[in-house]
Amino acid sequence: MNFIRNSVIPVGTVLIAILVLWYGFAVILNAPFERDQAARANTEISTRQLIANTMAQERPVLPAPHQVAEEIRKTVFDISPTSKRSLVYHVGVTFSSTLLGFGLGTLLGVLLAIAIVHSRTLDKSLMPWIITSQTVPILAIAPMIIVVLNAVNITGLLPKAMISTYLSFFPVAVGMVKGLRSPEIMHLDLMRTYNASKSQVFWKLRWPASMPYLFTSMKIAVAISLVGAIVGELPTGAVAGIGARLLAGSYYGQTVQIWAALLAAALMAAILVSLIGLVATLVNRRMGVRP
Amino acid sequence: MPQVTLKNVIDVKDLSLVFQTNDGPVNALSNINLAVNGGEFVSFIGPSGCGKTTLLRVIADLEQPTSGAISVNGMTPSEARQKRAYGYVFQAAALYPWRTIGGNVSLPLEVMGMSKAERAERIAKNLELVNLSGFEKKFPWQLSGGMQQRASIARALSFDPDMLLMDEPFGALDEIVRDHLNEQLLKLWAKTQKTVIFVTHSIPEAVFLSTKIVVMSPRPGRIHEIIDCNLGTERTLDIRETPAFLEIAHRVREGLRHGHSYDGE
Repeated sequence: MNFIRNSVIPVGTVLIAILVLWYGFAVILNAPFERDQAARANTEISTRQLIANTMAQERPVLPAPHQVAEEIRKTVFDISPTSKRSLVYHVGVTFSSTLLGFGLGTLLGVLLAIAIVHSRTLDKSLMPWIITSQTVPILAIAPMIIVVLNAVNITGLLPKAMISTYLSFFPVAVGMVKGLRSPEIMHLDLMRTYNASKSQVFWKLRWPASMPYLFTSMKIAVAISLVGAIVGELPTGAVAGIGARLLAGSYYGQTVQIWAALLAAALMAAILVSLIGLVATLVNRRMGVRP
Repeated sequence: MPQVTLKNVIDVKDLSLVFQTNDGPVNALSNINLAVNGGEFVSFIGPSGCGKTTLLRVIADLEQPTSGAISVNGMTPSEARQKRAYGYVFQAAALYPWRTIGGNVSLPLEVMGMSKAERAERIAKNLELVNLSGFEKKFPWQLSGGMQQRASIARALSFDPDMLLMDEPFGALDEIVRDHLNEQLLKLWAKTQKTVIFVTHSIPEAVFLSTKIVVMSPRPGRIHEIIDCNLGTERTLDIRETPAFLEIAHRVREGLRHGHSYDGE
């Protein structure tokens, strides 16, 4: 009962509100085209017919939800997942580079944070560069990464993953620097009274204390990894992946396809973020966090 | 009462400590001379800013003196710390929240590289010593403040140090719990025969527990008077009504009053 009251009802309400708005805008935005058509054909069109037509256009300005759902159903279930016309295939391509980039980014972020926390020099020298790295527009640097890595014969998954890494290491590095510095003075003094080594202080105090920060930053990192992977697919000549699907869709005015790809990306992000949330819950339970 | 065996396990000579702050230097400790024998229970008492915690932290090698000499177990504080000569109990229990009570007691033992079997044995023994048997698998938040502080005492005792350094360990607890823990601490002291240095700002607590009371005064932080406090071996809370107890408490109070001019307060 609690689950229904706390989760299903609020989330459902928002979902219904979105659907209603979506249908409303679909009618408003697609109506001019239908009126135009009717005017050209010199026919009168009833309001009922107009509304029905706005939801069944082939290239609507804004496709209605059921059109997007139908497109997703068709490209997920009717087409073999190995086909390049299958949405599953494209999601799979983006998913793998997201995951690889996210993994590398998290690792890089954690290692940077460890280095920064243990060395004053690195703190002063690295931190400004880490922040600067994120002020470079990713759209500008992504094609460069692809081109440069192509020139040294690194192609396929890795260049795209590098773009995800470039984006995702940042929140992890910043979050973990804060997390690894989060232990109280008293907890650190305690370790000093035991004459604990630096690595013992790290593994028994700093690392466990930083866990909440790690999972929070990983949630942000996985979401922008996905953005990075999609951006990375745009300059690869639109071969495969959600990015390619978006690009192809916009070339040919396939708005339904674009929206289906967008929805798939959003769904993927939601699943990835909740998976990390799940891992965080399990870790919290092991670490005795007050429920 | 434990037998006094070792002379001068802590020996402080002309020790001073000046903190450099943005408002200029602060004389936290000035010309401290103090000798503590093995097995003694010594209390540092005084108002805020008298340097009692700082002195304890100097003994523990958590602060460095500016001048003067100090030896702990015949070594420098740093060597004594590296030899794990003391267990330190902080104002707050300072238990690691992600470790169970048993895990917290185990922490110093892990740092010192003891085997799993020995750790288990010591966890059980020391939790029993502070009456916390059966709470081994609980997490700190599941225990009351008094129980948490007892767990932190078990943690400090777990590696069997010669000395116990306690920085207002019961300051945050209510008086009923505090009385109870004071009695338990005395029993523990009698049983383990450890040297205890105990920082407090409660006169009854200091008189009840100590064999020696060091009265300190602020600005600069210094020792005003050292009062012997021999109230016998078997102390119960009832002795707080006896003339001997009240007499010592009076002397401590007088000492505090003389040492503290109350300027600007």
